Amino acid sequence: MSDQQVSRRDFLKSSATLTGALVLACYVPGLAPCCSAAEAGFAPNAFVRLSADGSVTVIVGKSEMGQGTFTALAMLVAEELDCDWDRVRVEAAPVAPAYNHTTFGLQVTGGSSSVWSEWQRLSEAGAAARQMLVLAAAQAWQVQPEQCRTERGSVLGPAGRRSSYQDLVERAARLPVPTKVRLKDPRDYRLVGRPTHRLDSPAKVAGSAVFGIDVHTPGMLVAVLMRPPVFGATLKDFQDSKALQVPGVRRVVAVPAGIAVLADGFWPAKLGRERLQATWDLGPGGALSTPRMREEYAGRAATPGTVAAKRGTAGAALARAEKVLRAEYEVPYLAHAPMEPLNCFVDLKADHCHIRTGSQFQTVDRDAAAKAAGLRPEQVTLETTFLGGGFGRRANPASDFVVEAVQVAKAAGQPVKVIWTREDDLKGGYYRPMWYDRISAGISGGRLTSWQHTIVGQSIIAGTSFEAALVKDGIDDTSVEGAADLPYAVDHLLVDLHTMKNPVPTLWWRSVGHSHTAFVVESFLDEVAAALGKDPLICRRELLKNKPRHLGVLNAAARLADWGSPLPAGHGRGIAVHASFKSYVAQVAEVSLDPAGALRVHRVFCAVDCGSVVNPDTIRAQMESGIVFGLSAALYGAITLKDGRVEQTNFDSYPVVRLDAMPKVEVEIVKSTEKPGGIGETAVPPIAPAVANALCALTGARVRALPLTPERIAAARPGRTT
Amino acid sequence: MTSLKVNGETYQVAATPDMPLLWVLRDHLKLTGTKFGCGEGLCGACTVLIDGAAERSCSITLAEVGERQVTTIEGIPANHPVKQAWLAEEVSQCGYCQPGQVVAAVALLKQNRLPSDEQINQAMSGNLCRCGTYQRIRKAIHAASSKMAKGGIIHE
Ligand code: FES
Ligand code: FES
Repeated sequence: MSDQQVSRRDFLKSSATLTGALVLACYVPGLAPCCSAAEAGFAPNAFVRLSADGSVTVIVGKSEMGQGTFTALAMLVAEELDCDWDRVRVEAAPVAPAYNHTTFGLQVTGGSSSVWSEWQRLSEAGAAARQMLVLAAAQAWQVQPEQCRTERGSVLGPAGRRSSYQDLVERAARLPVPTKVRLKDPRDYRLVGRPTHRLDSPAKVAGSAVFGIDVHTPGMLVAVLMRPPVFGATLKDFQDSKALQVPGVRRVVAVPAGIAVLADGFWPAKLGRERLQATWDLGPGGALSTPRMREEYAGRAATPGTVAAKRGTAGAALARAEKVLRAEYEVPYLAHAPMEPLNCFVDLKADHCHIRTGSQFQTVDRDAAAKAAGLRPEQVTLETTFLGGGFGRRANPASDFVVEAVQVAKAAGQPVKVIWTREDDLKGGYYRPMWYDRISAGISGGRLTSWQHTIVGQSIIAGTSFEAALVKDGIDDTSVEGAADLPYAVDHLLVDLHTMKNPVPTLWWRSVGHSHTAFVVESFLDEVAAALGKDPLICRRELLKNKPRHLGVLNAAARLADWGSPLPAGHGRGIAVHASFKSYVAQVAEVSLDPAGALRVHRVFCAVDCGSVVNPDTIRAQMESGIVFGLSAALYGAITLKDGRVEQTNFDSYPVVRLDAMPKVEVEIVKSTEKPGGIGETAVPPIAPAVANALCALTGARVRALPLTPERIAAARPGRTT
Repeated sequence: MTSLKVNGETYQVAATPDMPLLWVLRDHLKLTGTKFGCGEGLCGACTVLIDGAAERSCSITLAEVGERQVTTIEGIPANHPVKQAWLAEEVSQCGYCQPGQVVAAVALLKQNRLPSDEQINQAMSGNLCRCGTYQRIRKAIHAASSKMAKGGIIHE
C-alpha cells in the first residue's frame, strides 16, 4: 500500500445535508461557498454522495456519449470506497471548475482522456470517503480505525462489529476530510479490471434515457433553422408569410445563424422552413469546390512547408538513396453524423439562462451561451444530457449549436429547443479536414534510410480561442500527430506542414489527426516493405525494435489473426499498427472483393494496449466501435462541395457501415501495468490502412485515396491505365 | 382530434393527419423512446411496431396508421427476451439507435424464431448504429432467439 498525498487537499471539505448525505466536495476558490451543511445535497462540486437510503451517487463531469465513461469513472470511485456496486448510480455534473479536466483545465470530454485524467482524483475521492466512514465507525465503537476494515458498503470492526455505510453517513459527514488517503494496491482491486455491466444500459434499452432531443418543458417551442446555403453566406432578404400559414407555426425570427421557424413541434417547424423564401449573398464561399481545392493542395504538397519534425537530413539522404519511393495520398472531408442530430434546449430569462443539451464542452459552451445571451457565465446553467454520439462534433470551440439556440431563444422570448435535421447535420460544416499528403522514402543497402512527409490541409485549432495555446511555431499538432511522431526507426526524417485557409469549418473527428496520418503512414509503410521485399509484419517488427508497446500489439494482432496462414481463395489480409491517445492498437483485416468490385471486410483482429484497465468489456466495445466508425470512412465517407454547396444530404448519399457489412471482430487486450491510456478513439486510425493493405495484398491495387470505392479500386489494379 | 392506439391505450391527438407518426409519438404523446435519426426512412432509429410488424414511424402518417395498434419501445415489456438479451450482451453504447434496434429485433423474432445470420442481415441492415454495436446486436438476437425457443415464450 502506498500513502498518497491528496492533491488540492486545502480545498477538500466535507459536509452533511439535512437528509444525511455525505458529500465529499472539492471547494472551489472564487465560487460562493457551496459546502454549508444545508446546501451540500445539491453542492455542484462534489464527486460522490452517500445517502441515508444506502445509495451511492457518483457525480461525473464527463459526458456519456457511448464510450462508457459513466461506468468506468464510477468504478474508480466505488473501488476505493469499497461500496456495494449495485447501489451505485451516476449523475451528470453541472458546469463548475471542480469538474475541469485535470490536465486541460476546462470541463471537456475529449482526447480519449477521461480515465487517465480522472483515475487519481476519483480514486482519492472514493478513498477519502471510505476513510471517513471508517473513522466514524471507529469513533462510535471507541476503537482505533486501524482495527476496522471495509467490505461491500460496511465497516467491520473488532468483536464482530459491523455497520453499514448508510448508518454512518451522518457521523462521517461531520468529520474533517483526511489530508492523506491510502489508495488500494491494484492487486487488491475487486471491481476495477473486471468486466462490469454499464450503469446506463437499462435506461437505454428501456427507451427512457433522456437525450438532448428528448427534452421538453411546458410552453416550449421547437425551432428548425434555415442556415446559409454555402459557408460564409449572409442573409439578404426573406419572406415568411407562407411559413406562418402552416398550422402550428408560431413565429419566424432571423438570427445571426439563420432564419428560425418556431412551432409547437418539430414537424410544423420543418414544414414551415420548407415554405420560407430567402435570398443570400453567397460571398466567396459560393465558388468552393473540392476538386479545385484538391488541385491547390496537390500543388502545395510539392513545395516545402513548415517543419514539424526533423532528424538528420532527409532531403540529402533521399538524393543519395539507391531507391526512392514517392507517393501522394489524400482523404476527404468527413462529417461526424452522430445518430442523434444536434439539438439544444434554452430557457432564457432576464438574469438567467438554462441550457439542456448533449455537450462535450461544457465550459466553452456555457461561456459562449453567456456571451450570446448578454449574461455573465455564472448566470448560465448547463445540464448535460446523454449524448446520442459525439465523436467530437459536440465539442466545438465555436459552440455553434448552443450559440444559435440562445440567439433563437433570445429573439423568441420563450423556451426553445432547436433541432437539426440530418440534412442540416451533414451540410453544417465542422468536418474532419480534407488532407493531401506527399510522402517519400529512401532505401539504401536493403534498409529504410530516409522518410519525408509533407502534409497539406486546414488547421482545426487555428482561428479558435485555443490557437495561442495549441499552435506552436506555426504547427497545429493535431495536423501532424501520428506522422511527426513516426515510430519507425529511420535515420533521416522530415515532416512538414502547409496549413491551408478556406471557409469550410473543420473540427476534431474521432481520433483527430490520426484518422488521416495513420492511413498515410501505415499504407506507405507497406509500400516500403514491398520495395524492401519484406513481409509487412516482419518489416514492421524490424523497424519497431525499440518500441516495445507497438511491438506488443503488433505481435498480438498477428497471432490472433494467425498471420501467414492460408486464407480462403479470393481473400487478402493486411496489417497496421498505430499509437494514439496514450494507447497502442494493431489490427489485421481480412478482405475480399464482391462481384461488383466493392470491398467486403470479413474479419478484423485487434490488439490493444491501453495500460491499466478499468472495464475490459468497455474496451472491447470501444475497439468494435472504433473499427466500425473507421470502416465507414474507409469504405464510403466523403463530404464534397460543388459551387460551395455540400453534395451529401442524408444517409443515402453519406452511407455508413450497416449490419450486413459488419466484419467479425476479435479483440485482445494486451496485459499491461502501464499508466492508463485512451480507448474511445484509438481503434479508428489503424482500420483504414489495414483494409487498404489487405486490398493491395489481394489485388496488387494500392489505393492512396479514401474512401476505397469500387471505382478507385478498379482504377488502381495493376495493368489498368488511369 | 384523431384517435391513435399506442401501447394498448387509445389517445385523442390534436395533430394534423399528415403528421408522421414519429412526431405524434414524440411531440404530442411525449413517448420519446422512439428516435429521430434521418426523417427519410434511411436509419431505423424511429422503428415501431404497427400491428406487430416493424415500420419506420418517420415515414408513415397519422392518417395511414388509422385504427392499427402501435407498439413503441416503451410498450415492450422489460422482461422481453430481446430486452433481456440486449442487457446481457451489453449492446448499448450511446444508446440512441437502440430503441429502434430492439423494436426491429422483436419484430424479426416474432416472424422468425430462429433467424440465420443472413436473415438477421436482411431484417436489421436498415437500422444504423454509428457506435458500431452490430456484432453485439447479432449476438443478442441469437441469444434471445434461443431463449425464446427453449422457453417456448410467446411475446406479443
Ligand atoms: S428517422 Fe425514420 S428511418 Fe431514420
Ligand atoms: S449505440 Fe450509438 S448509435 Fe447505436
